Parts: sequence; C-alpha cells; structure tokens
Amino acid sequence: MSLAAHITTTVGTVTIDAELTCGPGETVALLGPNGAGKSTLLAAIAGLRAIDDGYIRIDSTSVDEPARAIFLPPEHRRVGVLFQDYLLFPHMTVCQNIAFGPKNLGIAPEAEWIAALGLTDLLDHKPSELSGGQSQRVALARALATSPRLLLLDEPLAALDASTKQAVRAELRSFLQQFEYGTVIVTHDPVDALVLADRIVVLEDGRITQEGPTAVVAREPRTEYLATVLGVTLVRGVARSGVIACDAGGELITSVEIDGTVVAVIRPQAISLHAGKPEGSARNVWRTSVTRVDAHGEHVRVDLAGPPPLSAAITRAAVAELGIAPGREIWASVKATDVSVHSA
Amino acid sequence: MRTSNSQRTRTRHHTRAEAQAPSLVMVLAFVALAFLLIPLAGLLQETPWSELPELLASPTAVEALRLSLVTSILAAAVATILGVPLAWVLARREFRGQRLVRGVVLLPLVLPPVVGGVALLTAFGRRGLLGQYLYDWFGIQLPFSTAGVVMAEAFVAMPFLVLTVEGALRGIDPRFEMAARTLGASPRTVFFRITMPMISASLIAGIVLAWARALGEFGATITFAGNFPGVTQTLPLAVYSALEVSRDEALALSLVLLAVSLTVLISLRGRFLGSRS
Repeated sequence: MSLAAHITTTVGTVTIDAELTCGPGETVALLGPNGAGKSTLLAAIAGLRAIDDGYIRIDSTSVDEPARAIFLPPEHRRVGVLFQDYLLFPHMTVCQNIAFGPKNLGIAPEAEWIAALGLTDLLDHKPSELSGGQSQRVALARALATSPRLLLLDEPLAALDASTKQAVRAELRSFLQQFEYGTVIVTHDPVDALVLADRIVVLEDGRITQEGPTAVVAREPRTEYLATVLGVTLVRGVARSGVIACDAGGELITSVEIDGTVVAVIRPQAISLHAGKPEGSARNVWRTSVTRVDAHGEHVRVDLAGPPPLSAAITRAAVAELGIAPGREIWASVKATDVSVHSA
Repeated sequence: MRTSNSQRTRTRHHTRAEAQAPSLVMVLAFVALAFLLIPLAGLLQETPWSELPELLASPTAVEALRLSLVTSILAAAVATILGVPLAWVLARREFRGQRLVRGVVLLPLVLPPVVGGVALLTAFGRRGLLGQYLYDWFGIQLPFSTAGVVMAEAFVAMPFLVLTVEGALRGIDPRFEMAARTLGASPRTVFFRITMPMISASLIAGIVLAWARALGEFGATITFAGNFPGVTQTLPLAVYSALEVSRDEALALSLVLLAVSLTVLISLRGRFLGSRS
C-alpha cells in the first residue's frame, strides 16, 4: 500500500475519524464539502500536523502513530504535495524550484518529468513569468523530483480559470495513469474526482460517508450532499466531430469538437423528462424506461435505461405529475451544450 | 459638441478637486513644509563650503567619522543577528505575554534615548544588575568603552529592524514554508533558503534603517558611553562638542550626517514609506 491510514484528530469543531488507503498506481479522490476536514487529512498525511490517534503508514512505514510515539517530520516522509496555489518559491527559477527537494535530501533529481511535463524551455524562468497551467506543471515536477512514495494533490485545478482547467485536467489525468505510486486528490469539484480518480472517498463532517469505484459512486450517491453534487451521468466513449459513441451503447451529441477517448458528464438537473415526445431544441432525445427511483430530500433521482444509462434529478411534484415508477416508458432529453466533455 | 462636452467634464473635475482642498489647509501644509525645509536650508547656507575638506580632515572629525562607521555597522549587525530571531518568534509563534513582549520591543522607539542610557548604566554599569558580575568575574567594563557605544546604538536601533522584519514575515504565506518542508527541507534550511530570501527586501530595509538610527544615536550613547574622542565620541557627539568650540566644524560634521540620512531615505523610498511604485 502506498498509503494506509486511520486518522483521528480534531480541528475546530470538527472531529475527524477516517480510514483511508491508496494502492500503488491508484488515484483516490477525497471528495467533500468545504470544512469537511479534507485539507486536515492531507496535512496530517504530509506531516504538517500531528494526529491525535490512529496511524499513518506510507509505503508500509509508519510515519505517525501516537500510541507508539512515532512522528516523522514532513521532510523525512517522501510525500510529494501539490498545493492548491502551487506555492512556487518566487525567489528561485523553475530549475531551482525543482532542484530544491533533491538537494535537501541529497539525492539525484528525478528529471524524467521535466521533459515529460514540457518544462525544458521554462527552466530559467521565474514563477512570476508562468501561466497558471505552467505553474501547475512546475509544481508537479517539483513534487516529483524527490521520487515521492505518495503524491498528494490539494485542489489541483482550483487555481486555474475555466478555459485552461479542461486542458490541464486532461494532462493531469494522463500523468496520473503513468505514475507508479499512489495519489490522493483532495477536491470539492466532482468533475475532478470523476475524471481523475479510480476511487472516490466521500468525507462529510469528518467522517467517510461513502466510498467506492468512481463509476459506482457517481451513479449511486448515497448521501444528500453527494446526490446534489454528483448523481451525474458519467459516460465513457470515443468522440468524433462532436458525437460520442458511448462504450455502453448509444450516442451523445455534444457542442464541443474534441476527438478521441473522452469522459462525458451530464448533470442530473440537465436531463429533462417528458410524458410525450419533447418539442424543444434539445438534440439528445431518448424514448427509454425508468430503471430505478430514489428519493433524497426534495430531490428524486430517476435512473433511465438509455442507452447510455442516464441519471436525472427531478422534484417530487414532477414524479407525481409524470407518474414515474420503475418500468415506466418515458421521454428524456438533454441539450448538446449540457454535455461536458473531458479528454481522457 | 463632443469637444465642449469633454471640456465641461474636465472643468467640473477640476473644480471639484480644488473644492476638496480649502485654502486654510493649503496654507498650513505650506507652513509645515517650510518648517521642515528652512532649517536644512540654513544648514546648507551656513556650511563653510570652501573649508569643508580641511574641516572634515581634522583629527577629531576623522576619528569621529571612523568610530561612527565602525560602531553603527557593528550595532546594525548585533540588531540583525538578535532582532531577526526575535521578529520570527513574534511573527510565527503565539505565546502568553506576547503583547507585553512586543511592547518591550517597541519601548526604545518612544523612550527618550537618555533614559535608555541610564537604564543601560543600571544594568551594565560597574555596579549594575549584570555589570557587577561582568566586572568582578571577567574584568569587563562596558560603560565608557567603544563596546558600550555599540550597545547603546543597538539598543535604540533594534526596534526598527524587529518591526520591519516582523511585518514582512507576517506578509508571507507560511504555507511556502510548509511546502519546503514537504520537499525535504529541515526547519533550518527553510529559514535560510526560503523565509529569509522571501523577505530579503524588507530585511535589507530593516538593516539600513537600524544602521541609520545607530549612526544618529546621541542620548543613550553619551549617557552610557560618555564622550571621549577616539573611544566613544561618534559623529553626533562630535557635532555637539564642536558647537562649543568651532561652529564651522559642527556644521561640516552635520552636513555629513545629513547627506547620509538623505541617501538612506532615497534608497529606501517606496520600501518603507509605503509608496510602492
């Protein structure tokens, strides 16, 4: 295991008690609302704060275990951290930033990522001269230069504007697929979790409320928080000229021209249900059957057979009005602009 | 039409700007400026320019100049070596009595320097709190020595450094230091390779301010270290002594101090005075 931890600690009014594991090559997303304790968990794993009870093992070595009086300071943990706003040292060049870690540890810098992340031409630049996407790549190369046994990414895309986010997310995904050790991503953005992670761990108010493979958690959110941010339809497929041929069958018409393997995300609120054939301008229209109905508070999740399988969220009133029940045949529609597409 | 419109707008702007500065304020501001400038003008006007090289080459002047340079640089060094760690503790740690400590640090800023000198005497004088042991055990006598000058100067100069550096330390995101830790840096490496370089501009400003304050120190020095040419008579003390003997020499030495002050002020412009450009 790259990471095996049971962390108990209190920060402010939140008591955190969470078990977390991450296997080699695995990417785990720690997803939760603000204030759930995600960043505290990350700081504990990195060694930036001590835990009250439990244990943290990195690459099978115990690094924090109060019962055995073990606490390894961050500089001895071999954990690479990518901070939310990157925190590149402003007084050093890109090259010096990357060389900082290996120099401290007295090891040869892991230089293979410099070229792989496209940084060869940026080595002499100062951080202030870099774009957001470039800064992120430099911060990643800096974290990787020490050959870490575990990589922690704290809201890795939050500091980027919407236009670069897409591209950087795809880069990050292709990087994570090559990385041989475990990666834990802390995020409050479900799309990051869906696109980047193999497994999602949901943290709410200091506790883990749900965890499982990304596709399963995305399809079947079991808490109200998740149902509102997730419950999304996640479709993998191959895109060509704005049309995705879905792996699960069927097609999706999109408004973006990305070719190749993609993950498409449709928010549950974006799927409209109708008793008869819809008249509007939506370009994706299905006549399909209801496979499941699941109520979370005011919202009701309605799973549809597709293809591809879809998850819609509607109000209780609409359920009654349309007479929705498992097995019922209805019409569903989604606008092309509501299908968000991410290179995978 | 378009022209007259824009002209009208401009005129209105102009009128409003003038209305905000009543004539009384303008007059008083001018008086204030004059009050600050006229003494300097007087100094420059009275300076015996033709005899300047000769006056500054007199043994007293040369000795005072040399002593001032040596002691002020040493005092700035002492203030830096001790003041930076103090600033770090004040900025990065929370402890009981922190406000009191900060008050004590600021005290020399508002305390009349002569009182500082008396306080130093009671602590380090031959029969002082610590001074008696220094003298009895090691035969060290700080008052009325060059080392005493350095102490008096460091005493009044240190707050400038601590204030400047503490402010700068509070201004940098402590997460940079955390990031460095995750990159294998020990707390010591973080301090020297991350924290200090990141506040280098303020650190330099603090050192220069402390040095300038040490250079101009008078009250604490004359009280604690006395006024002995060659041993404790720094430039300001020499100016004071010269006034009774040779007005011209006092003026020449004053000019040197004025020049240094102006240079410091100009070189720190924007950094300490808040007018970042």
